[in-house]
Amino acid sequence: MLLVEAKDIYKSFPGVRALAGARFELMPGEVHALMGENGAGKSTLMKILAGIYTRDSGEIRYDGALVDFAGPREAQQAGIGIIHQELQLMNHLTVAQNIFIGREPKRAFGLLLDDDRLNRDASALLAHLNIGIDPRTVVGGLTVARQQMVEIAKALSFNSRVLIMDEPTAALNNAEIAELFKMIRELKGRGVGIIYISHKMDELKQIADRVTVLRDGEYVGTVDAATTSMATIIGMMVGRTISDERLVGANAPGEVVLDVRHLECGPLVRDVSFSVRRGEILGFAGLMGAGRTEVARAVFGADRPQSGEIHVHGKKCAIRTPEHAVVAGIGYLSEDRKRFGLALGMDVEANVVMSNLSRYLSFAGFLKAEPMRRAAEKFIRMLNIRTPSAAQEVRLLSGGNQQKVVVAKWLDRDCDVLFFDEPTRGIDVGAKAEIYKLLRTLADQGKAIVMISSELPEILRMSDRIVVMCEGRITGELAPEQATQERIMELATQREAAKAA
Amino acid sequence: MSEAATTQKSPAAPRLRALLAPAALQKLLAFASLVLLLIYFSIASPAFMQTDNMINILQATAVNGVLAIASTFVIITAGIDLSVGTLMTFCAVIAGVVLTFWGLPMWIGLIAALAAGALCGAVSGTLVAKAKIPPFIATLGMMLLLKGLSLVISRDKPIYFNDTPGFTSISQESLLGEFVPSLPIPNAAMILFIVAILASIVLNRTALGRYTFAIGSNEEAVRLSGVNVDRWKIAIYSLGGGICGLAGLLLASRINSAQPALGQGYELDAIAAVVIGGTSLSGGAGTILGTIIGAFIMSVLTNGLRIMSVAQEWQFAVTGIIIILAVFADMLRRKRT
Repeated sequence: MLLVEAKDIYKSFPGVRALAGARFELMPGEVHALMGENGAGKSTLMKILAGIYTRDSGEIRYDGALVDFAGPREAQQAGIGIIHQELQLMNHLTVAQNIFIGREPKRAFGLLLDDDRLNRDASALLAHLNIGIDPRTVVGGLTVARQQMVEIAKALSFNSRVLIMDEPTAALNNAEIAELFKMIRELKGRGVGIIYISHKMDELKQIADRVTVLRDGEYVGTVDAATTSMATIIGMMVGRTISDERLVGANAPGEVVLDVRHLECGPLVRDVSFSVRRGEILGFAGLMGAGRTEVARAVFGADRPQSGEIHVHGKKCAIRTPEHAVVAGIGYLSEDRKRFGLALGMDVEANVVMSNLSRYLSFAGFLKAEPMRRAAEKFIRMLNIRTPSAAQEVRLLSGGNQQKVVVAKWLDRDCDVLFFDEPTRGIDVGAKAEIYKLLRTLADQGKAIVMISSELPEILRMSDRIVVMCEGRITGELAPEQATQERIMELATQREAAKAA
Repeated sequence: MSEAATTQKSPAAPRLRALLAPAALQKLLAFASLVLLLIYFSIASPAFMQTDNMINILQATAVNGVLAIASTFVIITAGIDLSVGTLMTFCAVIAGVVLTFWGLPMWIGLIAALAAGALCGAVSGTLVAKAKIPPFIATLGMMLLLKGLSLVISRDKPIYFNDTPGFTSISQESLLGEFVPSLPIPNAAMILFIVAILASIVLNRTALGRYTFAIGSNEEAVRLSGVNVDRWKIAIYSLGGGICGLAGLLLASRINSAQPALGQGYELDAIAAVVIGGTSLSGGAGTILGTIIGAFIMSVLTNGLRIMSVAQEWQFAVTGIIIILAVFADMLRRKRT
């Protein structure tokens, strides 16, 4: 008897086809891993299952009956709980208040909250799950791992029979992961079906029974976790072997353009040194939260470093604000285009010229409309930005085209060093190939490029040199010929404590 | 192909969309409301369309309109300036000190008032940009501070400009009427129109204007583009302050005195005019034309209701309803996009 069965699920967002014929099934007491590259549609599928998104078409059976949840609340009451990657807790409330939010027990004819019963119920629930947390503790004071336990308890307080976990171990250390797995096994024993989304291959072997792979929103296949090799699963995820088609530069890298020495900035940038050459693409690999974005932000002056030196073209630069970085010829393309890269409500032209407005000022201080329009149109042609005109608002463009607008902004400024932070996040496959080509072209034209990416195939395909980070430190540097996914993962998980032991 | 589909439509489509865009629609809506108000009041009361009354409306709109223009800049950056009213008074008092207490020539008084405004704006801007104090709090503080300073400097008494001949003509006389007797538009209103045109040019055609919108649209993205956001913010608040100084001169000239107790409450009228004119309080969008229309709606409403002998308490109530309706229209617009 299947607990969940989803078939032929289609879902599109403006500009992106997220799911096209996805399917998935789950048995009671099973841990079923859902795998795929970023943007493969895993989270979308799970959000549809949990009633957060509505599907465009397809059918979902739960316990044998067709269901169509109107919202997350309905799905939760039916027994499908989801634990998001970013925990959804109210930090100022206690554990018990969080668990029973919206369902608080009342007394005095429903006029007053019954805090005693609230805490009693929470206590019983936590004890039942073997979670040793006092329900009166304020959630904000707990570690992330414990907060996650609270989320799980909250989901199970609805008597959930299906629990969806989206990258639950992303922020946990090894001991905490072991504790989480113990809990998952216990839930499994009680017949709860668990859908487990993760990028970490080694975890699957430990915890999953079956694995379903999605690629570009389509169903690829379902295999047995114990008997299938990791290589097979990776092969299913990436389809064609992307890592083979390396994009190699036309020229050998030139002189060092950017040299960063002993940079320190908060807990995630610790004694970081690296250099980039003219015409080179330097790949920055690592797990989420390894500190790669923080390094880029520190070099760019978006966060103020505590110590360290930055040399551009052999000259020491004091970079304290993004303005200084831009003057020194460094550009930064954020991983979160919408929040940090674009003024979404403004048009393509305004975004393209934003970092370089002084070039378009007349002597009297007026903006010169004609040159701005020409610049925007030049980049629209050059980067093949699909937009009806330069006057189109950026928010109406697709992810890939928005990314190109950000690229255009920095090209207009003519920077020598460009940091690309997750340049293909949220972009579909066709547009990705274009962005790759663009990066290589820019390098061939003499730019020094730093590419931060969590997608290993992308790192392997693009980089002339690979730097791997873990917990704020650079744990290794690899030449492309030495680099494999396994070797990178090994460096990316080389924790300081483990190294000392 | 999927991504091309959403963005590539026939070339006529964007133009049509722009015309029917809720933003444009709302501006038309505001303008239509103003016209309707004018028609309604002129039918309801014969006294309304009299030349004298029209001049009254223009005079009243001038001060609030100039203040609203100052507020428009700050509000487009997703900020707010609560100090515009008392800053206006403060600048008038400064002019009074320079002209009446010290007896200096008129042009020095004018420059002193404008400079005081810009300086106070710069202080607010610095508090917001550098000290990261939320604009609401920073300018609330400035509002009370300036109110107090005005009373202290003026020794709690109105300062009259009787010793400065020509000062009252800034607002009251009509230069245009000298040349075109059929159009006795007071100087104050002409100054409002000139300021509006200049402000519109600054907002749409200079780097300062561009960054005003960009900061309101996505401040962090602008900062990460290598733009010195702090400096521009200070510049924007300073510009707003300077314009408040001008409003102070207009008011002082109109009533031939600097009234230190006046001013508080004007900031809310200014914000109301800005909002009615379609500028979004969440920043990134707005026009000077809209603000001017908003200012006229406010003053026509006040004037018309008064002429119809509607009790003052009901005047307040009606104005309140108009503001809520305007913001509601703004919310609807944002929900649709």
